[in-house]
Amino acid sequence: MRTATIPKVTRQRTGFSPWNAVRSSFNFLRGNWLFTLGLSLLLALFLFGAIGSMMVDPDRSEMGAVPLNLPPSWDNPLGTEGFGRDLYTLMVLGIPNTFKIGLLAGGVGVLIGVVIGLMAGYYRGFADVAFSSLADVMLVIPALAILITVSAYVRSMTVELMALIVGLLAWPLPARVVRAQTLSLRERLFVQVARLSGQSDLEILFVQILPNLLSYLAAAFVGSVSSGILAAVGLEVLGLGPQLVPTVGRTLYQAFSRSAMGRGMWWWWGPPVVILAIIFAGLFLMSISLDKYANPRLKGAERG
Amino acid sequence: MRGVDVRYFLKRLGMFVFVVFVATSVNFFIPRMAPGNPIGAITSRMAQASAGIENGEAMFEAYRERFGLNKPLYVQYFTYLRNTLRLDLGYSLSAYPAGVWEIIRPSIAWTLGLVTISVIITFVLGVIAGALLAWKHTPALVKMFIPVTMIFAALPYYLLALLLLFALAYTSKIFPMSGAYDSRMTPGFTLVFWRDVAYHAVLPALSIILSSLGFWALNMRGLMVNTIGEDYMLLAEAKGLKKARILWWYAVRNAIPSQLTQLAITLGHVVSGAILVEIIFAYPGLGYMLYMAITNSDYTVIQGITFILSVSVGLAVLIVDLLYPRLDPRVNYVTENSG
Repeated sequence: MRTATIPKVTRQRTGFSPWNAVRSSFNFLRGNWLFTLGLSLLLALFLFGAIGSMMVDPDRSEMGAVPLNLPPSWDNPLGTEGFGRDLYTLMVLGIPNTFKIGLLAGGVGVLIGVVIGLMAGYYRGFADVAFSSLADVMLVIPALAILITVSAYVRSMTVELMALIVGLLAWPLPARVVRAQTLSLRERLFVQVARLSGQSDLEILFVQILPNLLSYLAAAFVGSVSSGILAAVGLEVLGLGPQLVPTVGRTLYQAFSRSAMGRGMWWWWGPPVVILAIIFAGLFLMSISLDKYANPRLKGAERG
Repeated sequence: MRGVDVRYFLKRLGMFVFVVFVATSVNFFIPRMAPGNPIGAITSRMAQASAGIENGEAMFEAYRERFGLNKPLYVQYFTYLRNTLRLDLGYSLSAYPAGVWEIIRPSIAWTLGLVTISVIITFVLGVIAGALLAWKHTPALVKMFIPVTMIFAALPYYLLALLLLFALAYTSKIFPMSGAYDSRMTPGFTLVFWRDVAYHAVLPALSIILSSLGFWALNMRGLMVNTIGEDYMLLAEAKGLKKARILWWYAVRNAIPSQLTQLAITLGHVVSGAILVEIIFAYPGLGYMLYMAITNSDYTVIQGITFILSVSVGLAVLIVDLLYPRLDPRVNYVTENSG
């Protein structure tokens, strides 16, 4: 007769210990291969840009630093463009800028969206109606059109300013979802208990309701970063981006306005396209795998 | 039922009016908030341009009257609102004395055509693809083929446009590289002209379609999975209806309304993307005009185009929203809050 062996269970401590966070993140990465793949792509590209920026000579990204219009060679791994700049240097310096803009814009968008969504969903009333209508309108009006109007008047655009402007237009989508979630969560028992036990409204919002939204917020952040980079590069391609620092989009803009494609200078427009493709592919993979968190309403709909 | 419909209709109409109002206000306040007094720059540019034209001074004075530039701010605001609603959008700065509306008007048709056709094709293909993906009787081969198109969904429209431009226009010369029609042709309502237009529209439309398709198909698939789980689907199968009929006439038909609301929400995004696509293909629509205006710092044209774009999308959303109750009789006005 075999006695049942009790498997040795490692006691896991609950709570927000850092080791716990590391372990659950690791498990998450292991379970979601698409996410890990996307994240790795982005990290690899970012490291390439960050480390490369330290190793490369920034003077080569100034106009006239190198001979014009040379195809790739040993001296210029990605060739040079029509203004006499080394393309490799441009790309390497531009990549961290793109990430910076994306993260800033995405962060600003989600932050504002969460605050507005929480307030609107919890307090209801006139503020709710006002903000919801505004959010709906902002979703209808093409964001790029507004961005263009604003950017056209900015004398000198910096990376931070552009991220701010882009982020300011990104809040409606997270705000809507957070508001809907807050609306349903505030009726739940634990919120009512918290209210009865005297917790202040702000505490309820940030200590009770917000933690339940964390999974959505992660997905929303990725989505926001994605649309932030999309809008930012869109502006750069129109020539409205930061003028004083190298960016990937601006290179594309200059390549296009100098007919690089028609002149057969594939090395001018090619690398920006490839870099952007990698960035978007990575973000896409990440948001696909986070999709079940990004659409909270669809929970439980997987049975068919 | 009639009484309820009126509330929904009014609410939707109110939203459209609000969109127009916000679009106009943005156009009014942003230049005035920018550092460096762009309004002064605009008027002085006009004054300079009118110096070289007969009756230029009189025109400039008339312009100042019409837009009330010498009056206090709130008067200017209401005058601006009124003028914009009458489509009096002022003069172009770089093509003075051409009016903004005169310049923009021909481009509207091109953008409208491109976006409408692309959206319709994407929607139809997306519905079909999503339905096939969700249905259990679809052959596995078809199911594997569809996600391949989703690879393109990662890329924004303009990247795809560049790639298509390079692959299909520049290197292989299958499609033209730019324009809406051959420059040697005279526009007219002839079959030859329309064929040329279609030929030139393929690549721009394809950029939009291929890039949006993945999202739509996935969305539709999600909705279908929901719908297929419903009880009436089980009943339909038990009744012995033909499988194809169950799929299309029952499942798809019930999933389409939600898909349509999604469409309304993303329409602004589609138009934003279409702007850049037009620029890449030098397609003479609003996007290309916008690009030219930016290059020339033609602020009034920029504002005019922004206004037209916002109003157009708002109108399209209004139309979709008004069609919605006809497609889904369960909806009256209840689903407003859940979005």
